[in-house]
Amino acid sequence: MSSIHAAALVLADGSVFEGEHIGAVPNGPASGEVVFNTALTGYQEVLTDPSYAGQIITFTYPHIGNYGTAEADFESRGVFARGVIIRDLARRHSNHRAQDSLDGFLTRWSLAGIAGIDTRRLTRRIRDDGAMPGAFGPVEGPGAIDLAIIKQAAADEPGTDGIDLVATVTTDEPYSVPFRGSTDGRPPRIVAVDFGIKSTIVDMLATSVGDVEVVPASTPADDILARRPDGVFLSNGPGDPTEVTYGIETVRDLLGRVPIFGICLGHQILALAIGADIVKLPFGHHGANHPVRDERTGGVEITSQNHNFAVDPASLAGKGEVTHINLNDGVCQGLRVDQAALSGGTAPAFSVQHHPEASPGPHDSAHLFGRFADAIATHPTETN
Amino acid sequence: MPRRDDLHTILVIGSGPIVIGQACEFDYSGTQACRMLRADGYRVVLANSNPATIMTDPDFADATYIEPLTLESLTRIIEQERPEAVLPTLGGQTALNLAIELAESGVLEANGVELIGADAEAIATAEDRHRFKEAMLEIGLDVPRSGIAHSMEEADEVIAEIGLPVIIRPAYILGGRGTGIAHTTDEFASVAANGLAASPITEILIEESIEGWKEYELEVMRDNADNQVIICSIENVDPMGVHTGDSITVAPIQTLSDVEYQVMRDQAFACLRRVGVETGGSNVQFAVEPSTGRMVVIEMNPRVSRSSALASKATGFPIAKIAAKLAVGYTLDEIPNDITRKTPASFEPVIDYVVTKIPRWAFEKFPGTSGVLGTSMQSVGEVMAIGRTFPESLQKACRSLEIGQAGLNGSAAEAPFDELDRSDFEALLPSGSADRIFQVEAALRSGMTIEEVHDLSRIDPWFLDQMSIVVEERQALTGRTIGDLTRADWRRAKQLGFSDVQLAYLLVDGDGDPATEAAVRAARTGAGVIPTFKTVDTCSAEFEAETPYHYSTYEDENEVVASDRQKVIILGSGPNRIGQGIEFDYCCVHASFALADAGYETIMVNCNPETVSTDYDTSDRLYFEPITHEDVMNVVEAESAAGSLAGIVVSLGGQTPLKLADRLPPELVLGTAPASIDAAEDRDRWAELCRRLDIPQPPGGTAVSVEEALAAAAEIGYPALVRPSYVLGGRAMELVYSDDDLTAAMKAMGETGSLGREGGLSAERPVLIDRFLESAIEVDVDAIRDHTGEVLIGGVMEHVEEAGVHSGDSACVLPPPTLSAPVVETLGRYTAAVATELEVVGPINVQYAVRDGEVFVIEANPRASRTIPFVAKATGRPLAKVASRVMTGATLDELRADGLLPAEAGQGFWAVKEAVLPFNRFPTTDALLGPEMRSTGEVMGIDTTPGLAFIKSQLGAGSALPPPPGAAVFLSLADRDKEAGIEVARELTGQGYRLIATAGTAKALDAAGLPVDRVVDRIGQGPVSAVELIESGDIALVVNTPRGRGPRADGAYIRIAAGQHGIPLLTTVAAARATARGLRDLAGSAMQVRALQAIHGRTDGGGTG
Repeated sequence: MSSIHAAALVLADGSVFEGEHIGAVPNGPASGEVVFNTALTGYQEVLTDPSYAGQIITFTYPHIGNYGTAEADFESRGVFARGVIIRDLARRHSNHRAQDSLDGFLTRWSLAGIAGIDTRRLTRRIRDDGAMPGAFGPVEGPGAIDLAIIKQAAADEPGTDGIDLVATVTTDEPYSVPFRGSTDGRPPRIVAVDFGIKSTIVDMLATSVGDVEVVPASTPADDILARRPDGVFLSNGPGDPTEVTYGIETVRDLLGRVPIFGICLGHQILALAIGADIVKLPFGHHGANHPVRDERTGGVEITSQNHNFAVDPASLAGKGEVTHINLNDGVCQGLRVDQAALSGGTAPAFSVQHHPEASPGPHDSAHLFGRFADAIATHPTETN
Repeated sequence: MPRRDDLHTILVIGSGPIVIGQACEFDYSGTQACRMLRADGYRVVLANSNPATIMTDPDFADATYIEPLTLESLTRIIEQERPEAVLPTLGGQTALNLAIELAESGVLEANGVELIGADAEAIATAEDRHRFKEAMLEIGLDVPRSGIAHSMEEADEVIAEIGLPVIIRPAYILGGRGTGIAHTTDEFASVAANGLAASPITEILIEESIEGWKEYELEVMRDNADNQVIICSIENVDPMGVHTGDSITVAPIQTLSDVEYQVMRDQAFACLRRVGVETGGSNVQFAVEPSTGRMVVIEMNPRVSRSSALASKATGFPIAKIAAKLAVGYTLDEIPNDITRKTPASFEPVIDYVVTKIPRWAFEKFPGTSGVLGTSMQSVGEVMAIGRTFPESLQKACRSLEIGQAGLNGSAAEAPFDELDRSDFEALLPSGSADRIFQVEAALRSGMTIEEVHDLSRIDPWFLDQMSIVVEERQALTGRTIGDLTRADWRRAKQLGFSDVQLAYLLVDGDGDPATEAAVRAARTGAGVIPTFKTVDTCSAEFEAETPYHYSTYEDENEVVASDRQKVIILGSGPNRIGQGIEFDYCCVHASFALADAGYETIMVNCNPETVSTDYDTSDRLYFEPITHEDVMNVVEAESAAGSLAGIVVSLGGQTPLKLADRLPPELVLGTAPASIDAAEDRDRWAELCRRLDIPQPPGGTAVSVEEALAAAAEIGYPALVRPSYVLGGRAMELVYSDDDLTAAMKAMGETGSLGREGGLSAERPVLIDRFLESAIEVDVDAIRDHTGEVLIGGVMEHVEEAGVHSGDSACVLPPPTLSAPVVETLGRYTAAVATELEVVGPINVQYAVRDGEVFVIEANPRASRTIPFVAKATGRPLAKVASRVMTGATLDELRADGLLPAEAGQGFWAVKEAVLPFNRFPTTDALLGPEMRSTGEVMGIDTTPGLAFIKSQLGAGSALPPPPGAAVFLSLADRDKEAGIEVARELTGQGYRLIATAGTAKALDAAGLPVDRVVDRIGQGPVSAVELIESGDIALVVNTPRGRGPRADGAYIRIAAGQHGIPLLTTVAAARATARGLRDLAGSAMQVRALQAIHGRTDGGGTG
């Protein structure tokens, strides 16, 4: 094992956490919005989830890297998080699926990290004071950075509010993934708007809904409708939904014309499209253990979550119905657009804040993809 | 759905005596269930035969039946109490089996009682191996592949399909004869052929061997709306092949990716749905082939289990409590999470620390056992430790065990492992054993690679690498000078879990001499490296925790919050072991309740995950920490810094906390001063004290060498009792009859025995030698003295077995049935005098031997004894609560005025406490009682005559009594027992039983005019031996008392045979006498059952704890 080099993490409020440098040797301090994730497993999926663009992720479970990393566990084409904060990096991993260590993975993807942090102290800080900007880097050894520079970087880091991070993660070109399920006739055609889509979502759409065409976030409604979709999917993605004005406009134009299903950022964009409001949560939901109740069945599902913004349920009045709530704090976790808000059309639109595709996390909500398939089956669109 | 209003009275079945595989965890789960159901307004009826439990405290149920857990007594309880429902899922396998019996016998239906929490069909599906396997295959889950063969051709076909290695089990063979594992084709041919030959129906089961696979367990909860959550995931360090109860286990799972874990989670849910567990907690066990990830389901338990208790403590999620709520109709989302209070129970706990459980064994008590771990559980207790990382939690767990280890080796206790070489490791590491974890460390330290150790032990390389980190740190520290260590050095060592004792062993002081623990502590704290306490909060700090449940680690932030109340720390008793078990947990928990009622903030420190004391609900604050000097002082310092500490209770948790008393700040030790404890333990001072008080003692002396021992014995005379000082449960105690015996016993204690490993004998720890009073009656007295000098005699217990049988293994009766009033008065007077002389403030237990009306004092222990809960249940006086109040300054008078100390109740009743022994787990050990304690638990029988109470105690302990009318009783008596034995025989023949006897006994019976139905031959000397009659079922009761010393072949075989065939076995004439009288009192009539509240003359059940 290479020698240990001290590193420092500085929050925007000036507080300093001492640790050790891990991962890639940086050219300067890594900065971003510091958030935490309480999932016990799934670090690779989290690091490769485009929704974490602009963020530095703190894993609350102390041992990270135990089972290595694998090609199959990528959630996108690369790594979008700005850095990783952990207590202990596994020196040796052990799992038959592993193709590389986490340290090797970080180095390969030029991502720096900091280990040896009292991550519980950091998490409590974020819980009490909210997600906040921060910066970190090695203070000795290769790539050493002066602590003052790290402090300055933390102070200068804007965080994720008011920034369109979607533009930094969406696909440049449309691409297709054929249906992998079985059907008697032509499989439904799904256009998935990529605000930062996770590959497991694409997989699940292709497995249980239909042919998938993934299009860039800025694709206008006309272009989407020109693809004659049977359903439109609004993906997850990073950052502040109010900044994704083009996406909101697109969805507004699609409402009622084609069945719509949204996840996470897609859910928030759908809400904005019908005129509802978005609020920022104090420290967001980032974990794989959140109980969500389906208000129509009363059933509780344990869900994977990753969001700092949420739909204000009061603002949905007359526009949409809250279909899912988070039992921990009552936050709106799902909505169904009211008939009145469908611009005269009939195609349903619904969305959830949590992640039915899991990865990482429980599969309890995976059936929602089936609900999307059902919505498509019962609402043939006028474009086809 | 809200709670069910159609139910009013619910019967909760407990798990009975503590036995291997079923221990305190069911007191924890049952206590939680009772508290919760009563809080929800239900009337709770509790049945449990174990008086040492907290759940049988009359405050926890409306009607508490300390009665045998048999179909008959439960039927009576149901008829008497008319419950609408029975909750059987919180009392282990015992309660589940009884529920099935109640259902199958029609009792439930006849009385209109519903089973809640589980149904018979679900239990049957989970319990029947074959049905379970079929059910899993039906829902598409994988199980170990298997096939049946009746010939070698068929066997070859099976093996072609499932591949090697395999386990081959012949059909219809008891005890595993002909079972074998085949790794190669040649081995397979021979093992299969042997198996076919061994099976009476020429049939073998060939099953894929999954030994060495990774082993996992998920704790699942399900409600009646089909909401399911995983409470905890557990990975075993010991791979498949070692019973999970005997495995070192870790939470959460460490070496599965999210992809694999989520598949396992889905399968666990599918398993519960298919088995049909409607509500409650269950666990599902999986095995994973390490190189391919193939996952198979091994088994599931449709009830709360030992691992549920572990999972509850590991996560802060109270599984049993929630299971009870689900059973009465709630759904998970309707129940709040106690710890956060804001979030619901329908979530999955996440943790930001690592939990390690290590079992504790008692092989030293059972000579002749191999010590190799297998598929049958052998451990008697366990410890759990919490650390931020695996190395830290593993090292904390190792030092929690109290086996002389201060961590993962790195102290004097590692000596035997240091001597091992590569060939030893090659021989030892493949088998699970109590020592394997220490052998693994030694192997890694000796330079063996992780791959080599993995190949031998099959322990996952991740765990081995983590242990290597500990080894490397140790090597880096060895020989360094204390003063040279930087803050970073100290912090790194402490973060890896090194204790100060280990560091003292590894480091040297400024003069190059071995460092001391005190010097290490001073240097470390001087460098600013002190522990921080983190909180177990179910959510990795995502939400604020309302419950201060802490563990120590070395990080930046300490979470202990200040308090302005007076605080008392109660030190628990550590892992269950023989001689120190649940009864001490009872005392600690009662102290916590009583002191909380008196206005103190109570702080519990303990490391046993099975117990009620480590329930975060029991005390105001819980520290899950090893009970060592360092760890306790850390809590003392943290709590002193966060408010005002009134004191520390050390005398209610058995020997474990008492041993620490000397080194605690004296002003903080509550109650009896440590000096008094020493005065009672120090042989010379104790003898002097007895002389001063004019209390007779059997002649005795002390010795640290064989020579001194022989000299002492020459003065004292034989037979003599030899025992080390400062040990529990009569460990290594022996009865010696000659110089040869004594020499052997001294050698064993000094060198080869388990004590030798803990440092052997010394002037501070001499051997005590006492004249053994043959045929004396042993008596235990529990008393409490307050600071004004008043002494309360809590109970006088007369032992059934004579002196020489360890008091913990002897049955005892309260009040004493055969002692005269003057003797009882003398006992009280002596006890008061001893307590006063020792300046006891709190509990004291004094043991006596009474011979021909003369009272000799044997020993005094100024601490809570294991009989405290029994006395409390028999007399209705909460002695542990009283003792804790007295220790914090209350007087007995004040407590009477407060109502905490009522007048003695239960007049007209006799209570018998009987020990329960684990010989069925160690079938090759002779089931003889002796001066070394070997029982794991106890039961109580209470009734209107001593005989009836005794019979109930035997029933509670599992004896099949009474024998059917006219059945044969087998008698084989030592010469000294013949006279008394004849009276027993007369009583039995009078009741219509037939007698079968060995020749010598038959002669004596004949001479007394008693008809002997049959005389058996000595084994191997005639056509019909006693063993054969036992095996053929012709004998319904065995009375076999040992002749002289040591096991004689015949007697041992007879006792082992009786044990294996479940025939009631009495090994003392005293027990036989008590049984005969009980059978007479019973005289064929039905057993009566009574609630403790009725016996105590209190029908309201009192307040809650």
